[in-house]
Amino acid sequence: MTDIYISADNVLTPLGFTTEENASSMLAGKTGICLHEDISISPDAFYASLIDTRLLHDRFSSFNKPGKFTRFEMMAICSMKDAIEQTSLDLKDDHTLFILSTTKGNIDLLAEDTVSKSAKERLCLWDTAGRLQKYFGLSNEPLVVSDACISGIQAIITGTRLIRAGLYDNIVINGTDIISEFVYSGFNSFKSLSTGPCRPFDRSRDGLSLGEGSGTLIMTSRSEGSGLLPITVGEGFSTNDANHISGPSRTGEGLYLAVNRLLTREPGSIDFISAHGTATPYNDEMESIALTRAGLQNVPVNSLKGYLGHTLGAAGVIESIMSIWSLRKGILLATQGYMEPGVSNPLNIIGENTTARAKKCLKIASGFGGCNAAISFSVR
Amino acid sequence: MKEALVITGYCSIYDRSAVVDGKLLYRGREVNPGELYTDIYRHFGINYPKFHKMDMLSRLGFVTADILIRGKHTTERYEGSETGIILMNSSSSLDTDRNHQRSISDRKKYFPSPAVFVYTLPNVVIGEICIRHRITGEGNFFVMEQFNPYFMVNYISQLFDNKIIETCISGWVEHDGDNYESLLFLIEKRNKTEGGIVNFEPAAIESIYNSK
Repeated sequence: MTDIYISADNVLTPLGFTTEENASSMLAGKTGICLHEDISISPDAFYASLIDTRLLHDRFSSFNKPGKFTRFEMMAICSMKDAIEQTSLDLKDDHTLFILSTTKGNIDLLAEDTVSKSAKERLCLWDTAGRLQKYFGLSNEPLVVSDACISGIQAIITGTRLIRAGLYDNIVINGTDIISEFVYSGFNSFKSLSTGPCRPFDRSRDGLSLGEGSGTLIMTSRSEGSGLLPITVGEGFSTNDANHISGPSRTGEGLYLAVNRLLTREPGSIDFISAHGTATPYNDEMESIALTRAGLQNVPVNSLKGYLGHTLGAAGVIESIMSIWSLRKGILLATQGYMEPGVSNPLNIIGENTTARAKKCLKIASGFGGCNAAISFSVR
Repeated sequence: MKEALVITGYCSIYDRSAVVDGKLLYRGREVNPGELYTDIYRHFGINYPKFHKMDMLSRLGFVTADILIRGKHTTERYEGSETGIILMNSSSSLDTDRNHQRSISDRKKYFPSPAVFVYTLPNVVIGEICIRHRITGEGNFFVMEQFNPYFMVNYISQLFDNKIIETCISGWVEHDGDNYESLLFLIEKRNKTEGGIVNFEPAAIESIYNSK
């Protein structure tokens, strides 16, 4: 199997505009989730992890490149620019593909007048991907992956497959989603939002917090890359529960199938797990069942949702990058918001930042539509 | 014996018609797409009450997949976990996005509904087909300006090569307002003597797509 390396990455959230800034904030126990009063998103005050628009504008305008871009596009550009500047790869040749992972793209534009053709196009995810591709002068028509909350992992899986099929050498993945009234009102109607900052796997968890973020991951088959500790990307699989479109399977069937397939095809022990851990009662319970069925109940596991909220189509990319950071630095990040065990199948939840020589990480996620995904990252 | 990937069936719904394996099996009245999907559902004798709760994109994908695999013994020949569903379209779930937006555009008439919101994700149509046919294998939803048979063949071929799937339902499912168009293929491995309708190759797919 072709080795695929991580060449560069960026995480852009309220906790920082680089991967390192995010890691430092997380190590210090900070969270991006706080109380907001913004009637353009919700009539009532609400907890969420939102990017400061002024800071975003400041960063974006420092690039001095002309063109009008939306909030979503500015987030993605700021994240992609930092990652692209780190890599020594030539990304402008035709062996590079850009993949955008998002659930809703420029969905905030839907609240405005969308009669005109250009406004409609800007709502199309392929149009957004095309603008980002052109901004950075990348070749090839970009690809958009939109698989609800597993989109980010699916984009990474898709990228590894296209490299291993010999179609591309380099893949630039960006995962971005914004929180607008559209998204907030929908999750609120599902009654899946927490009353305070979310508490993954905790006994008193009562729902998820929404979050904004953008993550960029550059993968390559060309070199071990960056001078940092080389990290390789495994195969990765997606499955479906075939059970319910909006509720997780009670037996964790789909997630178990994805994890089990990965464990069967990629021998070797897992040193830690980056869970989906949305902090809804059902999701965390389902993950505990699936991981226990797969025999992974004793492996240290964290959720990063307590720091960043649920960043939707960005989550899989951002959380994978932070897991790669953990492998490189030998530090497992604590599960922010977790205090007491709260799932029926006890898991080994990482409650404190922990020094550990981890060699292999499993990243999992599940989402609406009954979809599940699993992928691994290893120290070479 | 060398096995090859072949198309063992295809179904498209467009222009008031349902075409299966190249044969026109239904041509309906001048109705809106929603009524058309229900007419086709009835014409083919499908009985699945949850159909009526789905959004338009899911209804279109659901009936196209149902008609595609009937008589093909897909669910008997293959495990659910070795069956993949890889779909593509242009407008994602924009049609349902507008419905959800209408429910929140006026604070005096504010009624966001989880039954609508769940369909503001294009991959939910994959979930609906999976539930109906007990399919638990690889799924993915790609959004692109136009149907791209080259990408489809490249992506799905490597899923077969890597033994992630043994059969696949794949193609285009687009619904936005009055515009709709679906074309799904059933792809299987066959040895040369068994054959299929046509080899799983971009040119063949393009020709089927363009012959609509």
